[in-house]
Amino acid sequence: MKWLLVAFWSVVILSVALLIAAYMIWWERKFAGRMQRRIGPYWVGYPHGWLQSIADAIKILRKEDIIPKNADKWVYNIAPFLFMVPPMFLFAVFPFSKTWVVADLNVGLLYVLAVSSLGVFGVMMAGWGSHNKYALLSAMRYVSQMISYEVPLVLSALVPVVLTGSMNLGAITNAQKGLWFALWPVVGWVAFVVFLLATLAEGNRAPFDIPEAESELIGGFAVEYSGWKFAMFYVGEYVHLLAVSILASVLFLGGWRGPLLPPLLWLFIKTVFMYSVLLWIRWSFVRLRVDQLMVFNWKVLVPVSVVDLLLAALWVVLR
Amino acid sequence: MATRTLEFTFDEMRVNMGPQHPSTHGVFRGVLVLEGEEIKDLIPHIGYLHRGVEKLAEHLSYVQDVPIMARNDYLGPVHNELVMAHAVEKLANIQVPERAQYLRVMASELHRIASHLVWTGTFLLDMGGALGGGSTMFLYLFQARESIMDLYEEWTGARFHPNLVQIGGVRFDLPAGFDRKVKEALQTVRNTVNEVREMVEGNPVFEQRTRGVGVLSPELAQSIGCSGPVLRASGVAYDVRKAFPYDAYDKMDFEIVTATAGDVRARYEVRINEIFQAAHIVQQALEGLPEGPIGAKPPVKAPVAVKAPKGEVYFRVESARGELGAYLVSDGSHKPYRLKLRSPSFSNLQAIQHLVRGHKVADVVVILGSLDPVFGDVDR
Repeated sequence: MKWLLVAFWSVVILSVALLIAAYMIWWERKFAGRMQRRIGPYWVGYPHGWLQSIADAIKILRKEDIIPKNADKWVYNIAPFLFMVPPMFLFAVFPFSKTWVVADLNVGLLYVLAVSSLGVFGVMMAGWGSHNKYALLSAMRYVSQMISYEVPLVLSALVPVVLTGSMNLGAITNAQKGLWFALWPVVGWVAFVVFLLATLAEGNRAPFDIPEAESELIGGFAVEYSGWKFAMFYVGEYVHLLAVSILASVLFLGGWRGPLLPPLLWLFIKTVFMYSVLLWIRWSFVRLRVDQLMVFNWKVLVPVSVVDLLLAALWVVLR
Repeated sequence: MATRTLEFTFDEMRVNMGPQHPSTHGVFRGVLVLEGEEIKDLIPHIGYLHRGVEKLAEHLSYVQDVPIMARNDYLGPVHNELVMAHAVEKLANIQVPERAQYLRVMASELHRIASHLVWTGTFLLDMGGALGGGSTMFLYLFQARESIMDLYEEWTGARFHPNLVQIGGVRFDLPAGFDRKVKEALQTVRNTVNEVREMVEGNPVFEQRTRGVGVLSPELAQSIGCSGPVLRASGVAYDVRKAFPYDAYDKMDFEIVTATAGDVRARYEVRINEIFQAAHIVQQALEGLPEGPIGAKPPVKAPVAVKAPKGEVYFRVESARGELGAYLVSDGSHKPYRLKLRSPSFSNLQAIQHLVRGHKVADVVVILGSLDPVFGDVDR
């Protein structure tokens, strides 16, 4: 009956992940509000508008679902699923405590990186299927950005793997019993920063949010979507962000490890911290241009992460 | 060995940007001719906000025309009121009391600050987006602008369109204890602008987006008829306040702010420095404010109260966007026979076509924003 248990936990984790995604939106709006000398959502739910995300979800689900006349309907309709579902697969391999993991894969990190890059298909299909020039431009930008930033993302994520000698996320967490990888002198610091920047680009956030770029491309690939299909893109983005925040906590901040508090709470604190750092960057910077984004990736991030990976390998060999 | 060259041909793509686009500062429509992300050409279309103000002015009297003009350039209403009032005063040879002249200078400089604050905010918004760092700075700057709106509310009773200028003077005198509030508001503005400068200047992302983008040569700027910060950023020191002083500007001590690079960054710099200069002028006007009448009491309200003799006149003022001119023909009645406005937004906007070629899509909104067009002023 092991599969039944796995199915049960999958449902639990996915529901919790969706709920958390809703509150990540609330947290972002509060956080941004405080940064901008506002108070953010306040009136729906006491205290501090805690029901705002729920109200928004109900509102958006009741909206009319519009399909443009010239859209490629099959492609257009399937794109939101392909965008939202892959980040949800990621939660299967995250260790939430010593024993709490749905699928304890030996190649956990490889699985994470492979699955998280599947979202590109959804965006490409959305851009193509919408029959809209803005959506198409945005989808092309998204694909080139994803493929480029995958390189430093993978290279920096490999540093903990090299230091641990395993791709299992549980093993990586255990290897940080003494010192978190983010705190390892030079090698760890550089890998952590590169990972953070690549994560921002992968998560389509400012200053790397050029595919969305609402001041030029008015929202990008999702411009023709409305109602629940738009909600899927929106939630998919936040589920992805939640997944990468957890991933960063696991790879670099010691995952569920920590004194006194229960493991799940430690992971939660670290995830919220990582997410808040992403928000902090997002709400302070203006946006890069598409060519500058590529230059930054290929001329700065990739060489730095290659050298960093070599240093890590050298350290392991000489140890 | 013969070298083989690969030749790529691109299909050009035409993208309709506007009139409902969020970053066209109103209702600008530009047809972009694209090769991938690169812009080959931009075909501007204007007129979506045409209200026929110049024609409307012929049917209203001079007294009624002054507040109507304020609706053109809604970010600097006092400048528009001023140009209309001045044109009539010049034609009818009406003298303005000295205190009113100082108050007019103060009002127009306060609106210059407010307009430049809005510009800086929206410019950063264009660059950073409503969901990013741009909106943070946008809100900071709007909070600073709010302090100037509050001043106007206390002074004239209206926040946005003060209806302050009347022919032959100003309508409202300063309320008691106003100078202290002005000083506080100016301090708020200075602090906020310095804070924003700290946040964006030297930031690699901001510098990369603005330096060398949309370079306007002084020759082109002059041949198109650009004026204001757009012209001064290209290194031409032309300012109506110095070249053709009106009101009390000849008694004020200020400098013409210029920059040499002519790019988007230079325009940003000129406007930021002009905020400080304007604050300086406001303080001088406040300190040197003479006692005396401010114009006709009670204010001129009857439509037929002012008549101008037969003739024609051109008057110009420096608005926040550049040289704002009014060409007025009178047939001796209380209405203009013909009115033509020379709006700085319209002239400056013509540069867009020359500036965007060869740049990327993302630069269009930045360059358009840097020209600071107000479409009420472009279309009139």
